[in-house]
Parts: sequence; structure tokens; C-alpha cells
Amino acid sequence: MGLLSLFRSKPNSASIAKERLRIIVAQERGGRGGPDYLPLLRRELLQVIHKYVNVDPEAVQINLEREAGHEVLELSVALPQKPPG
Amino acid sequence: MTEIIVVTSGKGGVGKTTTSASMACGLARRGKRVAVIDFDIGLRNLDLIMGCERRVVYDFVNVINGDCTLKQALIKDKRLETLHVLAASQTRDKDALTEDGVRRVLDELIADAFDYIICDSPAGIEKGAHLAMYFADRAVVVVNPEISSVRDSDRILGLLASKTHRAANGNGGVKEHLLLTRYNPRRVANGEMLSVEDVKEILGLDVIGVVPESPDVLAASNAGVPVILSDTSDAAVAYHDAVARLLGEELPLRFLDEPKRGFFARMFGG
Repeated sequence: MGLLSLFRSKPNSASIAKERLRIIVAQERGGRGGPDYLPLLRRELLQVIHKYVNVDPEAVQINLEREAGHEVLELSVALPQKPPG
Repeated sequence: MTEIIVVTSGKGGVGKTTTSASMACGLARRGKRVAVIDFDIGLRNLDLIMGCERRVVYDFVNVINGDCTLKQALIKDKRLETLHVLAASQTRDKDALTEDGVRRVLDELIADAFDYIICDSPAGIEKGAHLAMYFADRAVVVVNPEISSVRDSDRILGLLASKTHRAANGNGGVKEHLLLTRYNPRRVANGEMLSVEDVKEILGLDVIGVVPESPDVLAASNAGVPVILSDTSDAAVAYHDAVARLLGEELPLRFLDEPKRGFFARMFGG
């Protein structure tokens, strides 16, 4: 840290890295141990949805939740906002 | 009782071979009988880091194929009497390593009463990496405080928990430890690098060692002398501490803080 850098405000890149890692690691751990078809299922669902609505790939979330005795396949699609007017 | 330890990471270039060589030397220095095995078939490198590249006659695959005995292939270290190296083969045949072949070599080392077998894993998650971890009792996951290395380590932790002999047979699983390398306390203090605490929190594991970024590591590999043997180096001290923790000693982590610098360095230094 030199004299000049005292006057420059630097974004803290380590905390950005930490936040990004926290999210991606949680997501990847969630998919682990799940059936191998999940990524393919996600891709095909995305194609079908895309035929009707123009959604961002990130807007489609698929989760497999394990609860006592049964599993729940959870699909969440965030639809784009309608343009005003 | 022989303990099999895999040194792994997923990502390449984070310091697996440096760590395997140094931990093997550290254990041997404490009088343990150690065999360190290079699982990077096709890309032999442990021999260079150990400084025994000109003494490789037979390799891991030769032993598996029965071209020689294990005894003929084990290279005795010239510095430490109880340390032995098994070099990787340079064959391009991806199927040269087999689960059965690896098991036979490990069983023979166990029968020969080695205390520790260190398996130096190749990068990636292919066959070599899989077989390096498959029979492990413990894993040292080498990680750089850097985003892709941390993510890959998490992937490896997932494999250790599912695709190993211990996981498959339900006998307690593989005991996992993190070892951070290329740690730069100054950059951590400046908020430019993930801290030990950050990595620990994200991966949820205990840290067995933090090796500071050091020019001594390159100098050591240039010379073919594992860095743990360069006694005055911070990296050597950090590896000795990691070995002690592996053996169950409780030591505080060192080199987490920025070394003190003089007034002029602080005012004008970069």
C-alpha cells in the first residue's frame, strides 16, 4: 500500500470471489448425488420453455429436494417482465 | 498399520507434487517408513521434484504388469533412509493403471510394513486421479486461495465422499484435510485474496497447513530438493507444521499475517 493508494478506493475483490464461490458451491453440492439425467432434463425443459417464452437460461432452476421418505423435483422459471405499455 | 494418504486437488498447478514430496520427506525425517507414488501416468514429474530422475529404471506400470518386482522399482532416497519413490510410467496408454493393479502394489507395500503411502494424484478427475484417491484413508486437498481452485477442490471433496473404497464400504469414509499453498498474507490484508477463514468456511473443512507464497519453492524444484529440506525457508517450516498436524499434534497456523515492513517500504512500496 503506497501513499497514492490511500486516495484510491479499491473494490474488495476477495469478498466478491467469496460470494460467488458460496453460491456456486452450494448449487453444485445440491446437484451432487442426484440422478445423472438432471442436467439433460434441465436443457430439454429450457428448449421447450424457449419455444413459448424467451427466458434467460439462468432463470430456470431445477432442484431435487430430499425429504423424509420422498424426493421433490422442484422447477422454478422466472418469466421475463413484460415491456411497459 | 499403514496409512494411505492421497494428495489431490482437481485443478493443476496448485502444488500437489511439491506437497507430496515435502510431506513424504517430513514423515521420513520423523523416522517413518514412507513410499511416495506418482499417479500421473504419462506425465512423470515427482522424480524431478525428488531429484531422482536419473535413477528411474522401472516404474509403477512395470510393477503392475509384472515386468519387475516392486523392490526393483522403488527408488531409495539418498537423503532419507526410510523414504522410497515409485515413479509414474511415461506410457500414453490410458488403461495402464487398473484398480486391481493398484490394489496389488498397495497391498505389497502394506505387507512390507510401510507406515505411510503417499499417492500423488494427477490433476483432473479422470482415471489416474480416481485411482490415486480410491484406496486412501486420508486426503490432503491442496488448494490455492483462488476461485477456480476452491471450486475444483469442492468437486474433489464430493468424489472423495462417494467414489472411494472407504465411501463404498461405509467404513467411516476418507478423512479430509485442506492445505493452502501460495498464500500471500499481504494480498489477503489488502482484500485481493481469499483468506484461510474464507476457504475454510466455503469448503467446511479443517486446515492442516498454510504454505506461504515463496521463491524457495521454485528454487527447490530447480535443485531437485523438496522444499521442506530448505530449513530456513518459511515454506519448509509450514510443511513441517503440516506434517506434525497430520501426526496429531496441535499447532497454531503460522504465516497468516503480513511480515512487518519498514516505514519507507510502507509509504512508497508497492
